Amino acid sequence: MKLSHLSIKQAKKGLKEKQFSSVDLLNSCFEEIKKRNTNLNVFLTLSEKEATEQAKKADKLIANRQDLPLLGIPIALKDLFSTKGIRTTAASKVLDDYIPPYDATVVKKLKNAGAVIVGKANCDAWAHGSSGENSDFGPTKNPWNEAYIPGGSSSGSAVSVTAGMALAATGTDTGGSIRLPASFTNTVGIKPTYGRVSRYGIIAMASSLDSIGHFTKTVEDSASLLNVTAGKDELDATTPPVEVLDYAKDLNKGVKGLKIGIPKEYFIEGLDKKIKEEIEKAIKFYEKEGAQIIDISLPNTEYAIATYYIIQPAEVSSNLARYDGIRFGNARETFGDEAKRRIMLGTFTLSVGYYDAYYKKAMRVRTLIKQDFDNAFEKVDAIIAPVSPTMPWKLGEKVNDPLKMYLSDVFAAPINLAGIPGLSVPIGFIDGLPVGMQILGPHFSESLLFRIGQHYEINHNWHERNPYGL
Amino acid sequence: MKINVSHIAKLASLPLKENETKKYESQLSAILDYIEKLKEVKTENIEETSQTTGLENVTRNDVASPSLSQKDAMANAKSQTNGFFKVKAILEQ
Repeated sequence: MKLSHLSIKQAKKGLKEKQFSSVDLLNSCFEEIKKRNTNLNVFLTLSEKEATEQAKKADKLIANRQDLPLLGIPIALKDLFSTKGIRTTAASKVLDDYIPPYDATVVKKLKNAGAVIVGKANCDAWAHGSSGENSDFGPTKNPWNEAYIPGGSSSGSAVSVTAGMALAATGTDTGGSIRLPASFTNTVGIKPTYGRVSRYGIIAMASSLDSIGHFTKTVEDSASLLNVTAGKDELDATTPPVEVLDYAKDLNKGVKGLKIGIPKEYFIEGLDKKIKEEIEKAIKFYEKEGAQIIDISLPNTEYAIATYYIIQPAEVSSNLARYDGIRFGNARETFGDEAKRRIMLGTFTLSVGYYDAYYKKAMRVRTLIKQDFDNAFEKVDAIIAPVSPTMPWKLGEKVNDPLKMYLSDVFAAPINLAGIPGLSVPIGFIDGLPVGMQILGPHFSESLLFRIGQHYEINHNWHERNPYGL
Repeated sequence: MKINVSHIAKLASLPLKENETKKYESQLSAILDYIEKLKEVKTENIEETSQTTGLENVTRNDVASPSLSQKDAMANAKSQTNGFFKVKAILEQ
């Protein structure tokens, strides 16, 4: 197997046993990048020089028998994560030449854990999108079939992992931006509980919804990466002082006796029949393994996208107001189409005469959506649902119809409104393209989600496939 | 629902090209028509949710700590003079 397609766990073992060095591992990632980046458009900026230095340093530490959770592991960052001295664009021309003077908290934590930063991954500009096509630097292609989108907004991050350009990648999920691309690329994507991971230094989209997570090949890698990034941060007042448990501790406890809820509102007309079949197979698997499957209802699901498309653009219009082209970045006419749409939509719903009818109303419906989940979790431990109603679509298919694009997040956005965690795990392939399911739980139940995901993964092993058979 | 795009763009300080106004008008109206769906939901006596952490009044000790140097903070400004951001005049003499 090619080194860059190893899981973090496998790579750590190989490094420890001196089968290869961190520099070898990094070179393997850069081989893939050089071969395919021009075509797939995964990275906006590469930090090869800095990465090589970090890898050499890691090799020295390994030689001295030191251990850190991510020592010598090449990781890609969504280009929303501020990196000191390395260009950070949010995939927008507004920040075309912006070089942050500081690292985001998560970047600092990853570096302190020994990670090697490969580069900055493409995404929808400002994380506005479900396909990756809203990047001002051109779309990222899906390596499983290059005519198709890889899902967004964390498009480049997801592809960097599935294409073996990095062993893991960070992402942000405001309304599905990690779970959707994970599902479309055969990767594992975690959207942690809102506030579990610090947002400090990550370019803000919608501050009450933004969750900071990551992509990995395996569930176990996802858990060990969250061990590094989670926790209270003095620089982000929305990180609750909830203890960070070892997320990998309960991984192999199985699912016997767990109550898993199946929400009927997620299996409606409009859900691709083949996806429905795959999810039902997964549900049957859990039942066979001793979980109790319970039908539940989340009655306000059909109002989630309307609610989300009031609250999110309102917060976007406020967050993007800071880009004045004076202190850093370019002038406001540089904003791309989607950013302009969202700024205007948000400005409208917050404006005099419309605030009560739109914004306040949406905040009330948000309460009902959150209560749906609270009520469900009184009956069940976790919920299983499709991530997306459709498979990846063709590049260009939805670009002229923003509303149609928005509706692809119909099963993803409610989770952000409720602030709960969601884990997307691969469950197979349909016509050659990957598909995933999402596992949802109450606030701060990440350990349980990893445990449920792990049990599926070790019995199916979809993660062993990559688009190049390497 | 029709939306006055030129007015909203002005509020948001967003310079639009002439041909853009019409496009946004139809796209934003379609989205607003969809959002109208919320009118079906009964929300009397329902509290608003603006965040989900339950945290209130988060404070820290009022202790000074190191921050960016002036040079670092100014490093990305395209126009500056004597350590100040330089902007266009907003008042006429």
